[in-house]
Amino acid sequence: MQIDKMNGKVLLANGKIVDPVGEKIFDADILIENGMIVRLEKGITPKNDMEIVNLNGQMVSPGFVDLHVHFREPGFEDKETIASGCRAALAGGFTKVCCMPNTDPPIDTQESVRFIYRKAEGQIVDVYPIAAITKNRKGEELTEMVELSSAGAVGFSDDGDPLVNAQIMRYALEYSKIVDKPIINHAEDPALKADGYMNEGIVSTQLGIPGNPSIAEEIMIYRDLTLARFTNSRLHIPHVSTKVAVALIRQAKADGVRVTAEATPHHFSLTDEYMRSFDANGKVSPPLRSEADRLALIEGIKDGTIDAIATDHAPHQYDTKETSLDLASYGMIGLESAFGLSMTNLVHAGHISFMDLIKLLTIKPARAMNLPLPGIKVGEEANLTIVDPDEWWVFSRKDIYSRSQNTPFIGRELTGRVKSVFAKSCYVRLQD
Amino acid sequence: MNLSIKHLYGLEGVPKEDLTQIFDTAFSFREVLERPIKRVPTLQGKTIVNLFFENSTRTRISFELAEKRLSADTVNFSASGSSLSKGESLKDTIQNLYAMKMDAIVMRHPVPGSAKLLSQFVNAVIINAGDGTHEHPTQALLDIMSLKEKFGKIEGLNVAIVGDIRHSRVALSNIFGLKALGANVALCGPPTFIPYGVESLGVKIMYNLDEALQFADAVNLLRIQRERQGKGLIPSLREYRNLYGMTRERLENLKKPLTILHPGPINRGVEIDSDVADGDYSIILHQVLNGVAVRMAVLFLLVGGK
Repeated sequence: MQIDKMNGKVLLANGKIVDPVGEKIFDADILIENGMIVRLEKGITPKNDMEIVNLNGQMVSPGFVDLHVHFREPGFEDKETIASGCRAALAGGFTKVCCMPNTDPPIDTQESVRFIYRKAEGQIVDVYPIAAITKNRKGEELTEMVELSSAGAVGFSDDGDPLVNAQIMRYALEYSKIVDKPIINHAEDPALKADGYMNEGIVSTQLGIPGNPSIAEEIMIYRDLTLARFTNSRLHIPHVSTKVAVALIRQAKADGVRVTAEATPHHFSLTDEYMRSFDANGKVSPPLRSEADRLALIEGIKDGTIDAIATDHAPHQYDTKETSLDLASYGMIGLESAFGLSMTNLVHAGHISFMDLIKLLTIKPARAMNLPLPGIKVGEEANLTIVDPDEWWVFSRKDIYSRSQNTPFIGRELTGRVKSVFAKSCYVRLQD
Repeated sequence: MNLSIKHLYGLEGVPKEDLTQIFDTAFSFREVLERPIKRVPTLQGKTIVNLFFENSTRTRISFELAEKRLSADTVNFSASGSSLSKGESLKDTIQNLYAMKMDAIVMRHPVPGSAKLLSQFVNAVIINAGDGTHEHPTQALLDIMSLKEKFGKIEGLNVAIVGDIRHSRVALSNIFGLKALGANVALCGPPTFIPYGVESLGVKIMYNLDEALQFADAVNLLRIQRERQGKGLIPSLREYRNLYGMTRERLENLKKPLTILHPGPINRGVEIDSDVADGDYSIILHQVLNGVAVRMAVLFLLVGGK
């Protein structure tokens, strides 16, 4: 990764501009001055005062948006910091991320929201904190949502821990209407999940591993949708993983419930078959599901039930994964591999178009969390992710910029790669 | 002749030829066990560590005895799972032991997949002595060996496994081994004890014990762990005994011979009554003897000859 500060005039020549709003792709050169797009047209004449980058026909998208990352700061800086997380985001083409509040202490006060912004100052990536729904993430008393919102929280979640008490969930949905920001609940009924740490199904039965059934997720999603319908509040459903969950969300959307939903690359790329390896890198929450669930999730991505691809980037040090499955931490990193996995398993697999994928990585997540998203137009800030949709590569440890390397995708062949990023007047080249 | 497997993590995927060779070898070791001097020099100079992270008496003693009968040097390590959960990791423990030059590791651990996990850390031969609710391959081998001794062959034999299949490593290993050798397997127990989608392994499911006994040439009665009652899986041990307990009355009503196995330790008066456990149809003590022989065979075939 090479970062060059380019404050003056920069000419990004010979790009193909991908406009997810107008849904078109067109050839143009981009002239940037002081970080702003000043000209966008074919055949801009290079001048001596310009730094010139030849894109050679690569695709230029608005910077990607990830609604779900864990940057672990404060409290778990051995796993990730905001600085290292931002490098991982850049490596994946993400210029805007929402970070979850399951830190220590959790992000449940104005001061802790401001802490995230302070730590992210000077980063090329914009980091938007999601604040806790309840004080100390205990599921008991609501946080000061209005104050947290005015400090810059973009949504509310006790992520990692479900909000078990339906009454508190109802109050959270109702109260959040003042700020009209989404409630994000990690949907897993703890009694049904019990001591399960992989999907309950034929594979868990064959491996003798305690199962965490799909019904644990579906029942809580149904509850949350019902509450959102009743209260007419905004609900965002993270890491949807089951067939029935997709169907429930599809129906709720058809009925006008104000719900958005995200899917992770690992849930549409892997199934519980992976656990035959007993590799703790496959231990995630919710768990990797069956092939039928995976295919239903892809259907949900195709028909718009799923609004966003989000990574649930969850860094853990290797020693917490090189252990017996019960003790191993939940989660995997995801920022660096997300675009390659999405291109390979959604676009090149023939499920969605390249334009659809760009929408799932840019305007649709930005809308779900009301984030600003500069378009590729004259007068807008240059916030760009440049990709080669057809490059074949093998994901390896050297592609990882996170402080942690917990991913089952090492060695995976991918087609489609992020090449560079331009944001905050910096040109970031990801490979040599 | 060598086995195709290099470790014994479980019986899933172990080819029929390997199983047959293990049994042939085990029957020849049975003869050794009948001799006045019950010791052969086969594993002289080999060092085997018995790592038990879960309480076990009979499996540990059976392995230890098998190792001693083969003249191996043995070391025992026992620790409860909880002492490892904090502080020293499984990896550190294993690597420390391995640094002292072990040829083989026999491990009992409360978590599925732990035996396989070891192979990431060390180069020794690994023998799974039970990993949580996953597999307990040597128990299934001794069960199947005992059936082979009784019936001559396994192919076409009807075997019912009764009890808490969902939480049983013995059941899972038996299913894999019996199916590989061509037996017909039925699982019997209350529906809360039957794991999701287990039919996918090619077994029948029966909720009625008398139906299962009609089907079976042999029945393997699993130990009912008393703590299951408190978790709501069964209402009471009393009702369990009424529905699934092996009693003299059931045997008498059956009007056909039946062979009864039990992996032990027995809950007398729950899954099996005393007079049945100690009666003519029971081959429970044969199983124990065969346990030593089959473990000798596994150790000899995997650790010896190198």
